[in-house]
Amino acid sequence: MSINTVAAPNSFVRGYEAVIGIEVHVQLKTKSKIFCSDSTTFDAADNENTSPVSVGMPGSLPVLNREVVLMAIKTGLALGCKIREKSVFARKNYFYPDLPKGYQISQYDQPTCEHGQLYFYVNNYKKTVSITRAHLEEDAGKSTHFGQYTLINYNRAGIPLLEIVSGPDLRSAAEAAEYAKTIRDIVKSLDVCDGNLEEGSLRCDCNVSVRKIGAEKFGTRVEIKNLNSFRFIEKAVDYEIERQIDSIESGTPINQETRLYDPDKNRTFMMRTKEDADDYRYFPDPDLLPILLKSEDIEKIRKTLPELPIQKSERFQFTLGLSKNDSEILTSDRMLSEYFESCGQISGNYKSAANWVMGDLLRELNQNKLTIGDSKISAKNLAELIQFIDQNKISGKIAKTVFTEMWQTSKSAQNIVDENGYSQVSDTTAIEKIIDTVIEKNQSQVAEYRSGKTKVFGFFVGAVMRESKGQANPDVVNEILKRKLES
Amino acid sequence: MDLLTASFQDVSSAVKNKKISAAEVTQFFLNRIDRLNPQLNAFTHVNINAVADAELVDAEIASGKNTGPLSGVVFGIKDMLCTKGMPSTAGSKILQGFIPPYDATVVARLKKAGAIIIGKLNQDEFAMGSSNETSFYGNCKNPWNTDFVPGGSSGGSAAAQASRLTMGTIGTDTGGSIRQPSNFCGIVGIKPTYGRVSRYGIISYASSLDQAGPMVSSVTDAAKSLEIICGHDENDSTTVKNSVEEFSKNLNPNIKGLKIGLIKEFMLGQSDPDVEKVFTSAFNELKKMGAEIVELSIPLIEFAVPMYYLISASEASSNLARYDGVKYGFRSEFKDLSSVNLEDFYAETRGEGFGAEVKRRIMLGTYCLSSGYFDAYYNKACQVRRLLKNQYTEAFKKCDVIFSPVTTTPAFKIGEKSTDPLKMYLNDIFTTSTNLAGLGGMSVPFGMSSENLPIGVQLTCAPYQEQKILNVAYALEKVSLVQGKVPRVY
Amino acid sequence: MIDEKKIMHIAKLARLKISTDEAAHYGDQLAKVLSHFDQISKIDTTNVEPLVSPLEIDFFNDDSFRKDIDQSFFTAEEMLENAPDKMGNLFKVPPVVG
Repeated sequence: MSINTVAAPNSFVRGYEAVIGIEVHVQLKTKSKIFCSDSTTFDAADNENTSPVSVGMPGSLPVLNREVVLMAIKTGLALGCKIREKSVFARKNYFYPDLPKGYQISQYDQPTCEHGQLYFYVNNYKKTVSITRAHLEEDAGKSTHFGQYTLINYNRAGIPLLEIVSGPDLRSAAEAAEYAKTIRDIVKSLDVCDGNLEEGSLRCDCNVSVRKIGAEKFGTRVEIKNLNSFRFIEKAVDYEIERQIDSIESGTPINQETRLYDPDKNRTFMMRTKEDADDYRYFPDPDLLPILLKSEDIEKIRKTLPELPIQKSERFQFTLGLSKNDSEILTSDRMLSEYFESCGQISGNYKSAANWVMGDLLRELNQNKLTIGDSKISAKNLAELIQFIDQNKISGKIAKTVFTEMWQTSKSAQNIVDENGYSQVSDTTAIEKIIDTVIEKNQSQVAEYRSGKTKVFGFFVGAVMRESKGQANPDVVNEILKRKLES
Repeated sequence: MDLLTASFQDVSSAVKNKKISAAEVTQFFLNRIDRLNPQLNAFTHVNINAVADAELVDAEIASGKNTGPLSGVVFGIKDMLCTKGMPSTAGSKILQGFIPPYDATVVARLKKAGAIIIGKLNQDEFAMGSSNETSFYGNCKNPWNTDFVPGGSSGGSAAAQASRLTMGTIGTDTGGSIRQPSNFCGIVGIKPTYGRVSRYGIISYASSLDQAGPMVSSVTDAAKSLEIICGHDENDSTTVKNSVEEFSKNLNPNIKGLKIGLIKEFMLGQSDPDVEKVFTSAFNELKKMGAEIVELSIPLIEFAVPMYYLISASEASSNLARYDGVKYGFRSEFKDLSSVNLEDFYAETRGEGFGAEVKRRIMLGTYCLSSGYFDAYYNKACQVRRLLKNQYTEAFKKCDVIFSPVTTTPAFKIGEKSTDPLKMYLNDIFTTSTNLAGLGGMSVPFGMSSENLPIGVQLTCAPYQEQKILNVAYALEKVSLVQGKVPRVY
Repeated sequence: MIDEKKIMHIAKLARLKISTDEAAHYGDQLAKVLSHFDQISKIDTTNVEPLVSPLEIDFFNDDSFRKDIDQSFFTAEEMLENAPDKMGNLFKVPPVVG
């Protein structure tokens, strides 16, 4: 495919190169938790979504939610990963009040997905990033600091997460943000995550280090945890790169530590240093059996995968001739792109479909705070409207009126045109009749025209269109009017 | 009806035919508990609502409902199992006062079959022990002679059942905790194949080894209760879907031509003379009945005890991490919670809440899983475990049932081994390999020692072949010197 | 030999408060037990896959896995009934920093 891209520019900063890897925690869109049937609703009352399993009561046992595995396989395949025939849940042992069992169940050395890669475009160059692994794990509960105590809510404990770990392949803050956005678009298009960053459905940890240009060894890395917007990723990484360079230049080596980003002050600050004493004593969880998958079952799932947003965007640009911007907007949401494609296919005019969807339709949706799924105009009806224009049944101007009525009434374009007699008149005899009447009533303007003041031609067009209630085909009107006035 | 000797079938029919009420049966055993438990300390909790529970069963029968095959049968439950509305402590201070809002699946199935839960039975703390001396609630005593231990960890179950404070009990077995105390107290105990019985609601010690099973007075009762508690449970993904046979209906004492395996590694004169004597006489009986004897070697059995302790302690160190004073159970007293450092909060609570043996094993397990030791201990033990399982698979191609002693000695005296952990651990030499390989195992009483303590023999089967060991046990029971004997407790 | 420092580190990982006397005692006992258990090191396990559980299940052909249905069998109050300390329907613990 011939893609109009440029070579990746070097992104060196003050003689240093940044090396960034990202862990994206994707909250999988299931009805129930990963190991028990508690609901995953976001807004439940305190500890309402809990049971003996999620509170870690004695004798309770995890039972794996099948849907979670299917979602992991789908995502892994979309990320070009190998799906392991055997994957194993391990226990990560540490004590913390939000961790009810004293261990977190997480895939460790045998994750379901590994060795993948993806690409995306950033500032017109193509960037490829390796995916080291994508592993399943359970979320922890939530601690709230209240006065002199901490209070624990286990509603979130056991929410299924898929942690997607990139290789240390990103080189700038812009790449980091675009990578995260690409992951969001993919998981949304697969319908495995709602992609809602504000509610924590997608949480990003960025590992950032810098090294002198040309150096082979990576610098000491710092982890920036819990970034919940693409803008924050870009700003936090940019800040962190500068901070690390400042620190090295002033002779202070970088500490391996975990930092948080403060958006108000636009800076990162230390959360904790990595302790040498950390020893999670991972071992396979004997309460959960290994997941054994057959390659033919994995292939069956591969066949059900939708086209990914990036591929769709490329197709929209290079096969349908849409602009990069339009393609990206139309593919950012799976239902929107489906709407557009269906509208383009039925009408046979993809460009016009793109213009209507990107313009009038999105404007109405945004004004009414609706998503494409709630559109009052179906793709089929919008396609019909486009066809009417292309077949000269209605004028572009009338089409806008028809569109507004379609939005208000949800009626088809045909119905609205019929009911209002909007159908464009191209019949020359009918138009001639109107023109004759107009000429007869306006003899003084006729004289002006014939004396060379051709500017009044516009006056005649306006009068004819008014007389025809806007339905006369303007091209036909122009032609006949000209002939009659000049004869 | 003599409730001390009546079978489950006898009592259940009598209750259903209204010859005796479930409430009367329950009251009979409550009276025995009142009288004898103070000498034995077999119970950690007696269900004050037991008679009311029994009356509900009676009411159902009166209203013509079918109340199941254990109607009115009185069961005691090891404190390792969660019982809704009844304290469930695993013999530990750290779970003092914990009252679960749910029943273990085993308990739920017994109740559904019409059984009455009369109370909770003493045990070694978190099932870590072979003598019931590690219980926070005081050690339980052997009803045959109260100077002796009842065995462990299901010591309370064995003592209660041997002295007929219950009609049946449930124990759990991680490395021999059903079979060894059954052996010490002269009752029948069966540890089912791993995956047969749901572990849901059973407080975990070592998840890949734990299995619950009946500890009862006869092979028939063992078969009956086993078929009720076995079977897939959607709350435990380590239960298998194999259909559950009607063990009790299929009991058959004719073992002519059955291949009985003797393991060379178990026969090297490691046992007490009384144990060898009982073992030999049972062996002779089996031959007389026409069983075919096959000699076998399972060389890795020699390593079963180290393997067992390395794996069980590792799993336990993680399974017991949830006891942290946050959600339930014991929490150390802190004068001012707001000024307590989180790490101290945990360490104090756990340091105070766990007993010495539990702490020893948590330390051992934490060490085995820690960075730098994982490969040498936990992982190595799991690798050897696979080799051991393979050797068993080969052995069961040559025989139907493996026949061995249960322990090297009959019950020992209270305090005799509790000072030396290694000595105590080596006591499990004949029982741990069954759990490691996930097999079925059973202890059936057969003779008496010179000190008048019961001695049993052990039968082991390939996965899901419990019917075979039940049949051999059924045959042996008919010539057993212990069968039907009830010790006199003073 | 397991020295006191090692024992204290293990106790810290396991969140068990032990005195220095206890540490020495545990150190002796663990060393004794482990040196006996070290006998398994002589078994050749080259290329042997560890056996973690006696069971293994084929994901697609076995429905031991749960279907994605949300169901509630317990109230928040039941889940907090055994809590040593609570505030409303939340578990209460010492202040956690960070």
